[in-house]
Amino acid sequence: MKVLLKLAIRNLIAAGLRTWLNVIVLSLTFVVIIAAQGLFRGMGDQAARASIDYEFGGGQFWHPAYDPYDPLTIQDAHGLIPAELKPLIAAGQATPILVIQGTLYPQGRFLPVLIKGIDPSQKILSIPSEFLAASAAESEGESWPAEFTTSEKATGAYERMRIPDEIPAIIGTRMAATARLSVGDTVILRWRDSRGAFDARPVRIVHIFRTIVQSVDAGQVWIPLRVLQEMAGMPGEATVVTLAPGAASPPGNIPAAAGGWVYRDLRYLLRDIDQLVAAKTAGSATVYVILLFMSLLAIFDTQVLNIFHRIREIGTLVALGLTRRQVVLLFTLEGTLHAVLAAVLAAIYGYPLLSAFASHGWKMPEAFDSFGIALGERLMPVFTGGIIIGTVILILSLTAIISFWPARRLSRMRPTDALRGKLQ
Amino acid sequence: MAGPVIQTIDLTKVYPMGEYSITALNRVSLTFERGEFAGLVGPSGSGKTTFLNIVGTLDTPTSGQAIIMGTEISALSPLEAAGLRRQHIGFIFQTFNLFPVYTVYENVEFPLLLLGLPPVERRRRVMEALEWVRLADRARSRPTQLSGGQSQRVAIARAIVKKPAIVIADEPTANLDAENSYNILDIMRELNQELSITFLFATHDEKVIRYLRRKITLFDGRVAKDEILETAATPPPVT
Repeated sequence: MKVLLKLAIRNLIAAGLRTWLNVIVLSLTFVVIIAAQGLFRGMGDQAARASIDYEFGGGQFWHPAYDPYDPLTIQDAHGLIPAELKPLIAAGQATPILVIQGTLYPQGRFLPVLIKGIDPSQKILSIPSEFLAASAAESEGESWPAEFTTSEKATGAYERMRIPDEIPAIIGTRMAATARLSVGDTVILRWRDSRGAFDARPVRIVHIFRTIVQSVDAGQVWIPLRVLQEMAGMPGEATVVTLAPGAASPPGNIPAAAGGWVYRDLRYLLRDIDQLVAAKTAGSATVYVILLFMSLLAIFDTQVLNIFHRIREIGTLVALGLTRRQVVLLFTLEGTLHAVLAAVLAAIYGYPLLSAFASHGWKMPEAFDSFGIALGERLMPVFTGGIIIGTVILILSLTAIISFWPARRLSRMRPTDALRGKLQ
Repeated sequence: MAGPVIQTIDLTKVYPMGEYSITALNRVSLTFERGEFAGLVGPSGSGKTTFLNIVGTLDTPTSGQAIIMGTEISALSPLEAAGLRRQHIGFIFQTFNLFPVYTVYENVEFPLLLLGLPPVERRRRVMEALEWVRLADRARSRPTQLSGGQSQRVAIARAIVKKPAIVIADEPTANLDAENSYNILDIMRELNQELSITFLFATHDEKVIRYLRRKITLFDGRVAKDEILETAATPPPVT
């Protein structure tokens, strides 16, 4: 084997330009595949991380009627927070969110929105809910955080409160752009309470936050939970209860049953992102599949030509003491070594190139936002060992197969024919 | 090793050709002792190359026995046959069959690589072999930079570098002019005498026949004549 490897290396290097052309193209394939995989891995990681930070936390309990993909369920998707979850809320390990439908009337237009109530003092999600507390305290002259103690919520001992004349609200940048709203603007918000009665009240935009998670931004208005409960006539109720990251680990930390509410773990919540990233990855694979195909075709072609041109040499190798299987192995090694050299070459120029790519990222065009996935302004690729090793194994394996394919017929060749230059 | 280096007993080779078959060798029984300088002569199709291929373990007989270095080759696996060739048999071809991508040195070194000899020993033996064929100064050349005669001398060096018991030479002078033919025949005769290597030729070149000490004439796959020649001729002056 050692001798064959030595011979294969000699033959490969001696083949000169033909070898290096194959190696250069194949090394390019290595770099492109790793770059693309890393980019989509980075996209997935970024989207998942942002979604966890802004929306999913460490998992969620959903009201049984809640289906985020079916707007018609929103009206009924609310209920008293299950008693089993109240200790978690009291311990700051979970935060309830109430969701109802409403309509916003910015500058005479109307925009259907989801009104979401969130505890202003929560620290679980990165939504800057503290602005709701500060603004409310400012406008009401009293301290809202003191009113919204977690223990009070946990016990369900709500007291009726007055709905402020101007409800403080925070929105995301996308929503602000759609509704053409700025901080300090006041806009009419209309909703329907639990008894079916419509009501309306001005909301004042106290903060506009920037997030890459569209599902907490576009078409969403965030107001204090207690205010929304009061507005909707749903005291002590919520639609989802979001857990703090790590709260569900180990799973024994969370209640197995919570009054019929359904527990959704992160794997479930992130499956859309995973599927979307997988779809995007597969779609983008076309480019590097073509590149890979061309590289492998070039190697296949080289192998076929080699066998055709070196048939007498093959006979001589057998005469000098190689078996036919060893000759097949030699040719397969020669072909596969293209991929080894390509990997080395790719490492030489690809490492600095991909390192720079990983540190600077890729600035996304605005239009990319419409993909429906949490993408930042700049995509930061993530090059894991798995991606690199996987790519190397993939290309090495394919090259070995493509090299073996034409060489395998040599195992049936008669050395006496080969010595006469006759290819069977 | 005591006893003959090559022994064939009723060696027969039949090539099937559709409904018919061609008998290339028909019950050929021959014995070659160590150090012989023998040649198979005869017209095309008489079975010379077939005999060499079987003796060289590149082919197998249809029936009969071929015993090389005490080993009956029909029973050998491909790996064992390759081992026998690697160890005991050197080949010289009409078309030289040098590896074009290797230097002269690397071509000669090749059989030693297969034997797994250490680098120092390889170097010593390669240079020794190149000295025998008077090409030590061309060690770094490529085969494409050599004349036909030089190429065949490299092929001889490659065949004898491992000091095999048998060298099989199939029409070694067919592609050479008279001067180069005599040169390589001189070299082969010297090596035969100095190293006691058995040289077995297939030829119809009169120049080669002049050098043989034993001439076996094959006709239609049978041994027509097996003669011991008194003394090999000295080559005539080249004009």
